[in-house]
Amino acid sequence: MKTLHHFHGGVHPEQHKLESSALPSVCAPVPQRLILPLQQHLGTRAKAVVRAGDKVLKGQLLARAAGAMSAAIHAPTSGTVLSVDFHALPHPSGLPDLCAIIEADGEDLWAERAPCDFRAADRAELRAKLRDGGIVGLGGATFPAHLKFDCKPAREIRTLVLNGAECEPWITSDDRLMRERAAEIVRGIEILRYLASPGETLVGIEDNKPQAVTAMRQACANTGIEVVAVPTLYPTGGEKQLIKVLTGKEVPSGGYPLHVGVLCSNVATAYAAHRLINCGEPMISRLVTVTGSVRTPQNFEALLGTPIEELVKLAGGALPGSAGYILGGPMMGLHVSNGWLPVVKSTNCVIVKSPQLFPPLPPALPCIRCTRCADACPADLQPQELYWFAKSRNFDKIKNYHLFDCIECGACNYVCPSHIPLVQYFRFAKSELRALEHESAAAALARERYEYRQMRIERDKQEKAEKLAQKEKAALAARQSAPATGVSQDGSAQARIQAALERAREQAAAVKPKNMDSLTSQQQAEIAEIEARRAKARELAQGQASGKTEQATDEHG
Amino acid sequence: MLTALLVMSAIALALGAALGYSAIKLKVEGNPLADKIDAILPQTQCGQCGYPGCKPYAAAIAAGEADINRCPPGGEEGIRRLADLLGVEFKPFGGETAGPKARAVAFIDENACIGCTLCIQACPVDAIAGASKQMHTVITQECTGCELCVAPCPVNCISMVPLPQTPQTWKWQYPVYALVPVK
Repeated sequence: MKTLHHFHGGVHPEQHKLESSALPSVCAPVPQRLILPLQQHLGTRAKAVVRAGDKVLKGQLLARAAGAMSAAIHAPTSGTVLSVDFHALPHPSGLPDLCAIIEADGEDLWAERAPCDFRAADRAELRAKLRDGGIVGLGGATFPAHLKFDCKPAREIRTLVLNGAECEPWITSDDRLMRERAAEIVRGIEILRYLASPGETLVGIEDNKPQAVTAMRQACANTGIEVVAVPTLYPTGGEKQLIKVLTGKEVPSGGYPLHVGVLCSNVATAYAAHRLINCGEPMISRLVTVTGSVRTPQNFEALLGTPIEELVKLAGGALPGSAGYILGGPMMGLHVSNGWLPVVKSTNCVIVKSPQLFPPLPPALPCIRCTRCADACPADLQPQELYWFAKSRNFDKIKNYHLFDCIECGACNYVCPSHIPLVQYFRFAKSELRALEHESAAAALARERYEYRQMRIERDKQEKAEKLAQKEKAALAARQSAPATGVSQDGSAQARIQAALERAREQAAAVKPKNMDSLTSQQQAEIAEIEARRAKARELAQGQASGKTEQATDEHG
Repeated sequence: MLTALLVMSAIALALGAALGYSAIKLKVEGNPLADKIDAILPQTQCGQCGYPGCKPYAAAIAAGEADINRCPPGGEEGIRRLADLLGVEFKPFGGETAGPKARAVAFIDENACIGCTLCIQACPVDAIAGASKQMHTVITQECTGCELCVAPCPVNCISMVPLPQTPQTWKWQYPVYALVPVK
């Protein structure tokens, strides 16, 4: 028997699991239209490789991974791509983003599937397969799996933890998956073990799912994988919390499980890896719990892109008086009102809300500093302080209080006697801090470019000045080395002008009219006559001019 | 008496020499306060503060010649951080300085551009690509939104386009809820 440890805090919300866990999961029929967001993972949006009008087969690539932190998106059924356009996303902003919209043809024809023997494959090759197969962490964070398993194996990983805790109330999709497909999950775990080569492999399941524990124990017999039932306490399913419970190791603040030699992955991720590697089927469907205010709460194997309203209809429809949905659990889930949002890789549960099941919170009262939130915080933070700083927008201080270690589990909200929406404040502060970080990175880039530009302008100026100085120097040297041109040694401006005038005169003297050579005597006589006439005219003109001036002086007198 | 005087003057001389030596040897290059202020400024180099760039404005603040509320691109958060750094009171935007605007980037209407390079010369961060008598275009990722390229354009083909909000750039809003007094 394994010794278990405790994490700090935790709460016991009402479970509500039995409503949906009793019925076996059902394969949901292919809907008429599927909406596939190109970003269903953490990182950069995948790049579409299809266009409107293209015919696609089931499992065909729709968008390839763009950059390192990305994962591919595939067609969940065969049909026609209607458009690659903006459509509402299951995102807290409610803003639209690029989605591929597919009209199903009803034939559900598979593209060619290429299963492979992972033991014969290279690790890097397998990771590339995970990326191109669109495998991401299905526990909720949707971190691309190929990056999680990009580690130097054997030396680094002592423990591989498979997360089957499923601690959020209402959700039973992992429970049903482990009960019904334990053998497949174990085959997927083998792939992950091959990638990480861990010393030990542990599967953590909360003890409120005894059938899942039994099924997994049976499937794991003689494989070296240990299935551990952990006490039911929200949020044991948090990565850091489950690692603490199973191994006693605490992931350092701001660090990753890898820093303590642990890798943690969801059981549904292991199942998806099995489908991809052993069956050649990329990530195109997942188990989704439909529960809450519906007639028959149950789990569906739903194609990605299925509108949540279709699933609710399959579960017998919403009961009268229902309003809105929660995607995920009630503690961390996303409250939406639009039923045409698609199921994405992170959608593990759709809860139909009703005022009876989820009565609106009473209005918030002032914080009384009771620190019940600090007692409940599984990350060992001081939510009451964080709340203070977030409220006053004191972002430097809130960072010092390790805001980014907050996993937004909502335990503090749950226990707060004043009903303060603490997590909302923390999300606000986190996104502000991220924006500030982004801005300061942009400022650093702008500063660098501005300073380079200034340096370049300065350098150009200097180069020009240097060139000019060199030219002048060369000209001066040329003049000094050629004194025959009559330049005086002092080189003053006056002297230079004098010298230039002299040069001009010399040049003028050197050029004589050529038509004066070899003239006949008659021509010479003519020239003499003309010259005499000119001289006379000049004399006359001079005489007249002097006469005029005399007259002018007389008139004035 | 004399001994005391001698001892005191010897100490004074020794300390003076040490201070003089360290003043020369340990001199700090540049203005560290101006650098700290410059690190807070958004580096748009837009000149809306009345100085020819962020660094001159930082130097002016450090010298006590300029107010801290003259940088619209920095926003109120920028003023708050400057006030924190300098230990002065927060000062809202007002007077001759305009308030902050939504972040925008320059956009060149490429059909109208005549390729005069005037905007390229005006851009403080080299965010406009193009050459003489060739079409110009703005490198959106590098554009700081300073608007310095808008005025020089002889054909008015540059406009400022506000950046749209996407799920990637969206921010959580400040939680607003009413405090209700207990009856």
